[in-house]
Amino acid sequence: MNKLIAWFDERIPMTKTWNIHLAQYPAPKNFNFWYIFGVLATLVLVNQILTGIWLTMNYVPSAEGAFASVEFIMRDIEYGWLLRYMHSTGASAFFVVVYLHMFRGMMYGSYQKPRELLWVFGMLIFLVLMAEAFMGYLLPWGQMSYWGAQVIISLFGAIPIIGDDLTLWIRGDYVISGATLNRFFALHVIALPLVLVILVFLHIIALHEVGSNNPEGVSIKKPKGSVPDADKPKFTFHERFTKKYDIVDAFPFFPYYIVKDLVGVAIFLFFFCYVIFFAPAMGGLFLEPPNFEAANPLKTPAHIAPVWYFTPFYAILRAVPDKLLGVILMFGAIVALFVLPWLDRGKVRSVRYRSTLHKVNLTVFAISFIALGYLGLKPATEVYTMFARIFTFLYFAFFVLLWFYSKNENTKPVPERITK
Amino acid sequence: MSNAPVDKGRRRFLTVATSVVGAAGAVGVAVPFIASWNPSEKAKNAGAPVEVNIGKAEPGQLIRVEWRGQPVWVVRRTPEMLASLEAVSDQLRDPNSDEPQQPEYAKNLHRSRKEEYFVAVGICTHLGCSPQFLDQGMGEYVEGAQSGFFCPCHGSTFDIAGRVFQGVPAPYNLVVPPHYYINDNTILVGEDGEQA
Repeated sequence: MNKLIAWFDERIPMTKTWNIHLAQYPAPKNFNFWYIFGVLATLVLVNQILTGIWLTMNYVPSAEGAFASVEFIMRDIEYGWLLRYMHSTGASAFFVVVYLHMFRGMMYGSYQKPRELLWVFGMLIFLVLMAEAFMGYLLPWGQMSYWGAQVIISLFGAIPIIGDDLTLWIRGDYVISGATLNRFFALHVIALPLVLVILVFLHIIALHEVGSNNPEGVSIKKPKGSVPDADKPKFTFHERFTKKYDIVDAFPFFPYYIVKDLVGVAIFLFFFCYVIFFAPAMGGLFLEPPNFEAANPLKTPAHIAPVWYFTPFYAILRAVPDKLLGVILMFGAIVALFVLPWLDRGKVRSVRYRSTLHKVNLTVFAISFIALGYLGLKPATEVYTMFARIFTFLYFAFFVLLWFYSKNENTKPVPERITK
Repeated sequence: MSNAPVDKGRRRFLTVATSVVGAAGAVGVAVPFIASWNPSEKAKNAGAPVEVNIGKAEPGQLIRVEWRGQPVWVVRRTPEMLASLEAVSDQLRDPNSDEPQQPEYAKNLHRSRKEEYFVAVGICTHLGCSPQFLDQGMGEYVEGAQSGFFCPCHGSTFDIAGRVFQGVPAPYNLVVPPHYYINDNTILVGEDGEQA
């Protein structure tokens, strides 16, 4: 066995990679509940790729055959219903874990120097994920697939001058048609997943270069030689990490955190399976009722709303009584998150040691996001629109306020080391 | 390999020239990939005109036909509906149809060739949903209005001539497609006809 490993190690950095990224990778000892979502996102990604590949084996990407083939998968393929529900529930689960993962980053300042690029890669993953979910939702070719895509593609029509030609080019027809369906299928099953996997790889490489943040926001890297041996953890970390720094308050990622994460994975799978088996449509949130009717280009459903994970941004779009401005604000809501590392001029990472003002601001932001998500599901009545405007204002106020107060914030003293 | 000294200028020229030619090649290769997304010949040809028989339309009724894959409406308006056009004018974004959303012959108060019949593409100018036709009960969405069109997606409202109300997301009036009357009972949607 050792000889076999040695044979490989002479030809490819196998053991070295294992040690750097797993067995000798230092992870801060104080990771809490919020640190499970990265692992869960990876798990869901694997689920999506695997079930997705199996679904393509019976799916027919054409305007004539798509809807019927999905029904065929549901009724006539052995366990086809399970594979499809794993995929559709997985899509929603992906956004649940990614939103929580992002909020974790915001709470503990994981986007701050030196993790700006790590955050940007994460945001790119989020962006590709949204494109992937949007294109995937067209494929069943139901009423909601059709009109949802119609609305989102028309967003590009708001761009001055080139707008109309651009939407025509994206659709490949004067309306959403089989041409649109086929190109979305191609992008959904091969182009975007490839990009997604590459981005996830870069996200992890960037993470392992700068090291994980933690709930205290305190670095586990201390200047070389500043820590007495008695204070160092009794573990071996790879010399890539110990060459320049003394590592304190850390465990190797494998086996310690892997084993701990397994508990989280098991709990997650309980919820995941419950939804798959007992509430796959989640009361119309994960699979919307109009989508059980085949696409009809002549009739818009009485009430159309995107799937829940898009509704916060959709509510922002609807809140603005001007087409172009609405589109700008909606994309602006995502751009603001992209530049968060540069909007926050503070030096203290964790919310635990930041000012009350920041705690309130972050809480209001989280409430606004959830409220917008709720409003985006509701019809555009006067009262709802007014609330959507208020919460849109608060959403953006978070970023503006943060930029102003973070320069000279009234923070608490941050400990030298991760405390018990 | 010669031992001649390195000609930096020559090396630089060759590097730039190779890069430029390579970039031009990359642009050239991109053309088929991008152009293949344009509507196919088949899609372009599907835009043939459609005949609509209006002989049996009741006053206040909407007939829906498909043209270029889009819903096209023909509404036979009642005298009350026509009377309301003046009344709502001051609540509209573009009451005189100044934006080119209609052929020249439909740039009038009733936005049609014949007052009674309104022909429009049933797609909201905001984000492309198909608005609902309300032959009454429009007052729920616009104060004082009786009939019109309401888009369920983002709440845009249009009067019975497809003119957009103020304060809604849709920027323009509904599109009036080219059309003409072949005879008293038949409209051809998709062509202006010789009488244009």
